Amino acid sequence: MDATATAAISVDRLVKTYGPTTAVGGISFQLMPGTITALLGGNGAGKSTTIATIMGLLTPTSGTVRVLGAEMPRQRYRVLHRMNFQSPYVDMPMRLTVRQNLRVFGELYGVADVEGRIAELAAALDLVDILDRPAGKLSAGQKTRVSVAKALINNPEVLLLDEPTASLDPDTADWVRTHLERYCRARGATLLLASHNMGEVERLCERVIMMKRGRIVDDDTPQRLLARYGRETLEDVFLDIARGRGEARETTSP
Amino acid sequence: MMEFSVRRVAAMVRRYWYLLRSSWPRILDLIYWPMVQMLMWGFLQTYIQQNAGFFVQASGVFIGSVLLWDILFRGQLGFSISFLEEMYARNLGNIMMSPLRPAEFIAALVVMSLIRLAIGMIPVTLMAMAFFGFNLWGLGFALAAFFMNLMLTSWAIGILVAGLLLRNGLGAETLAWTFMFLLLPLCCVYYPVSVLPDWLQWIAWMLPPTYVFEGMRALLIDHVFRADLMMQALALNVVLFAAGCTAFALLLRSARHYGTLLQMGE
Repeated sequence: MDATATAAISVDRLVKTYGPTTAVGGISFQLMPGTITALLGGNGAGKSTTIATIMGLLTPTSGTVRVLGAEMPRQRYRVLHRMNFQSPYVDMPMRLTVRQNLRVFGELYGVADVEGRIAELAAALDLVDILDRPAGKLSAGQKTRVSVAKALINNPEVLLLDEPTASLDPDTADWVRTHLERYCRARGATLLLASHNMGEVERLCERVIMMKRGRIVDDDTPQRLLARYGRETLEDVFLDIARGRGEARETTSP
Repeated sequence: MMEFSVRRVAAMVRRYWYLLRSSWPRILDLIYWPMVQMLMWGFLQTYIQQNAGFFVQASGVFIGSVLLWDILFRGQLGFSISFLEEMYARNLGNIMMSPLRPAEFIAALVVMSLIRLAIGMIPVTLMAMAFFGFNLWGLGFALAAFFMNLMLTSWAIGILVAGLLLRNGLGAETLAWTFMFLLLPLCCVYYPVSVLPDWLQWIAWMLPPTYVFEGMRALLIDHVFRADLMMQALALNVVLFAAGCTAFALLLRSARHYGTLLQMGE
């Protein structure tokens, strides 16, 4: 069967320009169901634009983006209830308690047993003691856990995470990673992760897509990237690419 | 394909209700200005009535005007502020990425506009009765016709402002607070259309609230309910509401094109 047809996320020759500025310059990749992939790149590499287009928040200048077979953003309402996201650039209403927030989003996503799902997530993400606390009164780490709970409220098949463990202490960050990994394995969910934490990427991801100036410059498993660049850590590979030692590849798929 | 969902509308109404009930300054704000305005215009009218024969006959016309103006203004503000709350809370990305459809979002904002208006205006209309003996509720069916037309206008403008906020971010916030004041002199809240210059009367008659305020004066001064004015206002409101929805859809499309859904700051 055609890979595009079976892919959970399919990006085909995606271009996004703002006037004379090219944010994304013709990238293509497919993510198969149940895979965990990192999108890496420095500031301005085009990661956020790519993710926003996958979420249906941006219309491509040209090219197509499909999520679970639906073209984004034109057919987004066919699949939005099967996806979710988490980003440090959005918050949840601060005056609402954690429980109220999760209840509202559970209803928006059409979750059948919202209270039951909240109880499950509260137990899994250690939110039981803060469920009735206003979201604005939480520590940064607690807020991140709540936003991860919101991202999982509808048991999404496609999960887009932007810096999911930013501002967490190492112990909590590891704990959240473990939970995300377990969730994706158990659910068979496809996870696309944007992160600057290379340890996190090595730990979670079976594939890394490196972007620079709106293009994909490398795309492979962490192990093969380390071998190809002759480095011991992904951080060194990232620096090699950021400093111009990577070669641009228009369309890649490992 | 998922259709219009009452459950999602109810979820958004619940979200705003949680916010409103958790914040007494927000509730106070709903009542504060309508009460101040009603008292100021009520006492002014009492003073004028004591000194001018015409106003003795036109009892309640100023208070009626200010109450109907507040329905128009607060209706739009209630709609727009609920929308702005999402921007202040940096929650719009969560909303736009959820399965909530624009029509459902608008329906939730309409419901919240009615709830906020009820919280603000019901106590004020009771105060108008207690202080000045003006019973807005006594207008009966006419009040229902006035209310429906004013709310349709307020929602049409609220939808347009929401579209401008999506497209331009919080830089367009001022429009939410001031847009309706552009209509204040043109839709002849406190004086008849006939006092305007001829060329301005043309513009005034293009605005649905003008028919409502003329209709209110006809009722309070001449004791006649002008159904014809209400029907004309309704026809104009249908056009205005459709124009507001179209503008919202175009501005939302433009926001997706220019990436402004991701940059909701100034």
